[in-house]
Amino acid sequence: MADDPQIYLKNIYKIFGPRPKRAMERLRQGMDKQTLLDRYNNLLGLADINLEIPRHQVQVIMGLSGSGKSTLIRHINRLMKPTSGQVFIDDTDILTLNDRELRELRCHRVSMVFQRFALFPHRTVMDNVCYGLEIQKRPNAQSHAQQWIDRVGLTGYEDFYPPTLSGGMQQRVGLARALATDADILLMDEPFSALDPLIRREMQDLVVDLQNELHKTVVFITHDLDEALRLGDQVALLQDGSIVQKGVGADFILRPANEYVASFTKDINAGKYLSCGAIMESLPPQYTHLDTLIPSGTPIEKALHTLCQTQKNEALITNGKDEPVGLLTLGKISQAIDPDHGKSPHDRQDDKNISSAS
Amino acid sequence: MDWLTFPALDREVLRAMRKTLDGGYRDFSRNYGDQIEGVFDPLLVLLVWLEQTLIHAPWLVVLGLAMGLSYVISRQVKLSIIVGLALAGIGVFGMWEDTMRTLAMIASATLICLVIGLPLGILMAQSNRTQSVLMPVLDAMQTIPPFVYLIPVVMLLGIGKIPGLLAVVIYAVPPVIRLTNLGIRLVDHHVLEAADAFGANRWQRLLRVQIPLALPNIFAGINQTIMMALAMVVIASMIGVKGLGQSVLQAITNQYLALGLFNGMAIVILAVIFDRTSQAYGRRIQKHRQDMPRGG
Repeated sequence: MADDPQIYLKNIYKIFGPRPKRAMERLRQGMDKQTLLDRYNNLLGLADINLEIPRHQVQVIMGLSGSGKSTLIRHINRLMKPTSGQVFIDDTDILTLNDRELRELRCHRVSMVFQRFALFPHRTVMDNVCYGLEIQKRPNAQSHAQQWIDRVGLTGYEDFYPPTLSGGMQQRVGLARALATDADILLMDEPFSALDPLIRREMQDLVVDLQNELHKTVVFITHDLDEALRLGDQVALLQDGSIVQKGVGADFILRPANEYVASFTKDINAGKYLSCGAIMESLPPQYTHLDTLIPSGTPIEKALHTLCQTQKNEALITNGKDEPVGLLTLGKISQAIDPDHGKSPHDRQDDKNISSAS
Repeated sequence: MDWLTFPALDREVLRAMRKTLDGGYRDFSRNYGDQIEGVFDPLLVLLVWLEQTLIHAPWLVVLGLAMGLSYVISRQVKLSIIVGLALAGIGVFGMWEDTMRTLAMIASATLICLVIGLPLGILMAQSNRTQSVLMPVLDAMQTIPPFVYLIPVVMLLGIGKIPGLLAVVIYAVPPVIRLTNLGIRLVDHHVLEAADAFGANRWQRLLRVQIPLALPNIFAGINQTIMMALAMVVIASMIGVKGLGQSVLQAITNQYLALGLFNGMAIVILAVIFDRTSQAYGRRIQKHRQDMPRGG
């Protein structure tokens, strides 16, 4: 997938409960998860996670609650240690770091935003944002922090205490606190799950803006598919501690790895999240007579709109340099938006039976 | 029918046990009493100095100092005036000197309690093992009737200020240890995780996050410690601690109702002064807890 991974999680297993190493051996000898839990009270939190997280991109890790996503993200800054496996950041296995080196890493390289904000209630907004800088012992912490307070839209709130702010504002403080350390890796553990939908939208926009400007390596946890597709350059879906599918967002809609993934993406508005590039056909030779040109990054619902307006059935898809790279047809769009449409009435009847039976 | 009577130890055996224990402890205190007393000498110096200063300083100076101090600590003019009036009232009723003695005793005892209690509480919060060792000790300290542990203290150190001080400290130190421990343990673990995630070491985490956030509980503990020290002062008068407690004791033995009431009231007034001042201070250093909106 990525040609330049910055973070590499290799064969990560995490077992909770008494004597995890023993449980790990039992797992290797073939004991299954349920027996491990029933007989030894060991919960298999993560099972054989392999993930390369590309540099300067947003890697979303998605999953329902209990799927292990928060456990996974805590392995990247070693807030949790795997029972087995390795975590590489820029080719350094962070499990080999001593305490001082680990603090260095957390202080300068990896910062984190938390689901429940986890702000310091006894410190003002300014002092919260300064926290990482204090640990770094950086001079001019205040003026540096001020830049980030301004950047996330908290100007004027410097002397407020976090508990007096709304959820959205608090998470802005959390974001500013994480950004202020200038770490190149940003871990975001369901940062917007606790926020109202409108505020969440606003915060997502802020993250998109910031990422366009800062190009950090972001690991973003969410249970919300919309959020995952909106923010993620790469997405990985966790189920019961295992990655069931990883890749770009469009893959999840167009080529779900199994029923579970398909059930996730079934109700998604494909027109909004699929780009023309993801569903275009290869360009037939000498097929350049079309005058409708659509850039490949355009969402297909926009492309559909364009086709309707120009009353065409086909359009040429262009790359960044306006060169034609593919062909988009109405048929493809319709297929992408409603995959069931192509099925025979008989198949659809079966689907209904299954859903009513369950 | 032997099983009907409780199989208690033989009287001889019990007497032998008591004799050995008493004898052993008596020998111990004869041999080491002086050395142990020597250890506490600095405390005696502190206590005596404080007491003499308070008694011999002009009452106006002491009154002004108390008012000034309570203002500096609480930043409340009203409280400072109440402190002044209360102390003046005590003086008018002829209990100035006794009150100063008690004040010196309470101040020294509280200081010692904090010096011992805060670090112990912090230590206890850091490790479950320390907690499981200290908890039963604290439980015992708080449930043994205070009269009982006066006995070994008196045997070891005799009658006077130091054994009195020691008894007060033993009685009053548990709350501050307990509540410091509790306060630190109750700090939201999400916040601690955040501190860790930004690379704080244990020391930074303790000083900048745990202790500040544990302050409400720590202050409740300090407050309790002061109150218990005040309560113990009366009991400690039985082993020769002078001050308000001694007059109360005298009142009890002679059935002087008025004397008992006056001195009792003076103790209450001291308690109120300490309580209000320390609580106001606690609130003042936790600005972030004021005007916090509820809910939403």
